[in-house]
Amino acid sequence: MIEDSSVVIRFAGDSGDGMQVAGDRFTNSSAIFGNDLSTFPDFPAEIRAPAGTLPGVSAFQVHISDHDIVTPGDAPDVLVAMNPAALRANLGLLRPGATLIVNSDAFDERNLAKAGYSENPLEGDLRDRFQLFEVPMTTLTIEATKPTGAKPRDAERSKNFFALGLISWMYSRPLGTTLEWIESKFKAKPALVQVNSLAFKAGVNFGETAELFGSPHSVKPAKLPKGKYTSVTGNTALAWGLVAASKLANTPMLLGSYPITPASDILHELSKHKNFGIATIQAEDEIAGIGTAIGAAFGGHIGVTTTSGPGMDLKSEAMGLAVNLELPLIIIDIQRGGPSTGLPTKSEQSDLLMALYGRHGESPVPVIAASSPSDCFNCAIEAVRIAVTCRTPVILLSDGYLANGSEPWLLPQVDSIPAIKVEYASGHNGTDANGEPIFLPYLRDEETLARPWAPPGVPGLEHRIGGLEKENETGNVSYDPANHELMVRLRAEKVERLARDIPPIEVNDPDEASALVLGWGSTYGAITAAVRRLRAQGRSVAQAHLRHLNPFPADLGKVLGNYEKVVIPEMNLGQLSKLIRAEYLVDAIGINQVNGQPFKVHALESAIEPHL
Amino acid sequence: MTDLLAPPTTRKDWTSDQEVRWCPGCGDYSILAAVQMLLPDLGVRRENTVFVSGIGCAARFPYYMNTYGMHSIHGRAPAIATGLAVSRPDLDVWVVSGDGDALSIGGNHLIHALRRNVNITILLFNNQIYGLTKGQYSPTSESGKITKSTPFGSLETPFNPVSLALGAECTFVARTHDMDRKHMMEMFRRAHEHQGASLVEIYQNCNVFNDGAFEDILAKDARADNLISLEHGQPIKFGADSQLCVAHDGNGGVRIANSVDVEDAEVIVHDEKAQNPALAFALSRLASGPHTPTPIGVFRSVEMPEYGSQVQAQIDHAKSQKGSGDLEALLSSGPTWTVE
Repeated sequence: MIEDSSVVIRFAGDSGDGMQVAGDRFTNSSAIFGNDLSTFPDFPAEIRAPAGTLPGVSAFQVHISDHDIVTPGDAPDVLVAMNPAALRANLGLLRPGATLIVNSDAFDERNLAKAGYSENPLEGDLRDRFQLFEVPMTTLTIEATKPTGAKPRDAERSKNFFALGLISWMYSRPLGTTLEWIESKFKAKPALVQVNSLAFKAGVNFGETAELFGSPHSVKPAKLPKGKYTSVTGNTALAWGLVAASKLANTPMLLGSYPITPASDILHELSKHKNFGIATIQAEDEIAGIGTAIGAAFGGHIGVTTTSGPGMDLKSEAMGLAVNLELPLIIIDIQRGGPSTGLPTKSEQSDLLMALYGRHGESPVPVIAASSPSDCFNCAIEAVRIAVTCRTPVILLSDGYLANGSEPWLLPQVDSIPAIKVEYASGHNGTDANGEPIFLPYLRDEETLARPWAPPGVPGLEHRIGGLEKENETGNVSYDPANHELMVRLRAEKVERLARDIPPIEVNDPDEASALVLGWGSTYGAITAAVRRLRAQGRSVAQAHLRHLNPFPADLGKVLGNYEKVVIPEMNLGQLSKLIRAEYLVDAIGINQVNGQPFKVHALESAIEPHL
Repeated sequence: MTDLLAPPTTRKDWTSDQEVRWCPGCGDYSILAAVQMLLPDLGVRRENTVFVSGIGCAARFPYYMNTYGMHSIHGRAPAIATGLAVSRPDLDVWVVSGDGDALSIGGNHLIHALRRNVNITILLFNNQIYGLTKGQYSPTSESGKITKSTPFGSLETPFNPVSLALGAECTFVARTHDMDRKHMMEMFRRAHEHQGASLVEIYQNCNVFNDGAFEDILAKDARADNLISLEHGQPIKFGADSQLCVAHDGNGGVRIANSVDVEDAEVIVHDEKAQNPALAFALSRLASGPHTPTPIGVFRSVEMPEYGSQVQAQIDHAKSQKGSGDLEALLSSGPTWTVE
């Protein structure tokens, strides 16, 4: 047995080859085995691009380790390539000397041509650069499943389980987890249970008996904090956070959403949990998604809408309405590459300025961002808490990388999460000119400046609200110039005052560095790993990560002032940098990448290093 | 919804303290009066009544009602009302919209609210013009219409709102007009009673930008021969002496005929409860514009499952099957393991 401290494995094949399933299952058995891990599903927007072509390649990268890790890894140690296109698309990512396992059956003339190879790369210098293993996976899978009577064409489709079996043997994964999963997943189709199990076992046996691979490796369980863990993707954690928030607020929730990559899984997940009192509407469009959520919020429920960039564009007018109505509303933007349709399945952080400023008029909205898949759970609760307390729309930013990536998650003690206090108006709160008691829908809480939340159903509180400017306190339509200025400033101050409740920034600075690396959102893992590496080389560097982007934490200016240099890595052209410069007159140094991919740790490390 | 314990009210109770600011002579005044006079009869409570509107002249309506209300954004009222009606089935949700708001910028929301059969009552003020933006043609303006934005005449075919609603699977569709308060009140009452989406098209005169658009059929001396009042179960006859009728045309459509020329059995007996909307659709297209004999009344009123109660039924069913949600169980519903 060869012991590795960590390994990065990438499964790559055609979109129809089941690589996401193989990766996901490997992840699962590693999680249960006790490794720390991080995953990166990397797939095209096309459901099935022409088979065998480069645009059709779908990959799943997983990093497992015996210690705490924060990224899915830069350069795979192992690549499983199911066809020439998968090899070609992923070869450049591998570290020198990496293990390369190819399905040699797929390397025929037709597939080679489709991948743009004029010569078979297996006959070239690959063998000198990598540990190359040619395995006829298709043939072996068909052979192994013959006893079931499956037709070769059907049997061949189980070759992802063969590959999974082989890698499971190579890394000494417990086999039971996967076999049980096959059993339960396909229980409606016993024939598939048989075929997939046989293919999986054939992969394991091939590893053991072929004597090609030498000894199997092992990656020991990581020493993680004690407790019960599960493995979640960002979208699942986000959906669960919404469920939790509804429960913590003891208030029903309505999700209005239009399907859009990479946000749809939140709609799918939430629509399963109706027993929590959650209603989901697949709306006719993005605008109706937010519209139904606003209607629910007016009715006293928690209104939520989920989307990605193009949907944000469409929802912006309705967000402005919610700003004016001062109703709680949660808008979730799973960012993807833009502009326009952009890169639906790839990741960017390029909606930050839009979240803050992408509406006409002075239209302030609190904005928060999740930093890891499991952090999506906490951020969903935080977004609901702010919205309900402050009677305001809140934008929660996640992105495609967090949405689909997964990590082990130490389950929180449900009882220890503070409840969300929901208060509805219950009676008159003012008097009219004649001293008669009346309801003033825009009379504000002195502390938070929040107006009363007064859902229909209470006699005496009947009132009308709308998008037209309203008179302070009465909420009646008003075109008075001084009143408009007052209302604009009140709405802005209401959001600014939220900073009072934001905890101080946690700065990780063990050796009083002169440079601070400041991040937000999904770059947390890559920045953390880069900072660890730099410190391991004896460099001093401080790190801080923002959850609250509007308003910023109250102590951010002071923290920035403690450092000679502030370095801001972002998957955009410098949107947080721009805000920091504008807000604090700090000459922030941007490290910017907009290629649809998360940062590579080594690239970040070398980009930060010159500033230390 | 009707509440037997609702305290008696008068029109005044339903009138807000806000000054009504439509142009003098606007048809909207009579529609507002009809609604405010009807509500005391419905046995409903102000606090359970909500008017939601979009943008346009008609959309100011909620400000004048002493109920809960929302003046929202252009075209989106059906979507907002859907969210409200689904989450609060205890409320009476009314949508007030115009031909531009409902059929142009908000056309998509309108048809989907109708097909979902959300329990909302939609009052569609159709004046065949954009009033609030001062006189451009609307999706119900007749072809060739000369307006500020079509100085050489509109090139577009108008929507027929009743045909559109029937095509969108609307379960209650009616038409009325702003010159007949009693008829309006009856149509609004029927629409309110209906469980599911109901749409009432109201021919409404814009005396500033499109004055007299409905004059051909609504002028006092024109009404008898040009308004065809649909009554469920009654043969469709009209004219001062019922001298005119609507009969099958032999091609699956309908035609207007002289009653003397048609056997009684050939006169169409109006059936608003017919599941198949084909005849209602044919009736909606008897007149290509409000210039020749035009049916008013209830075109269609059928019972279909209402959306909000079905959403609630799924929630209730899930609770009865799985119990009220257990958060801890949810978080452990995937693969879990314990680090000792």
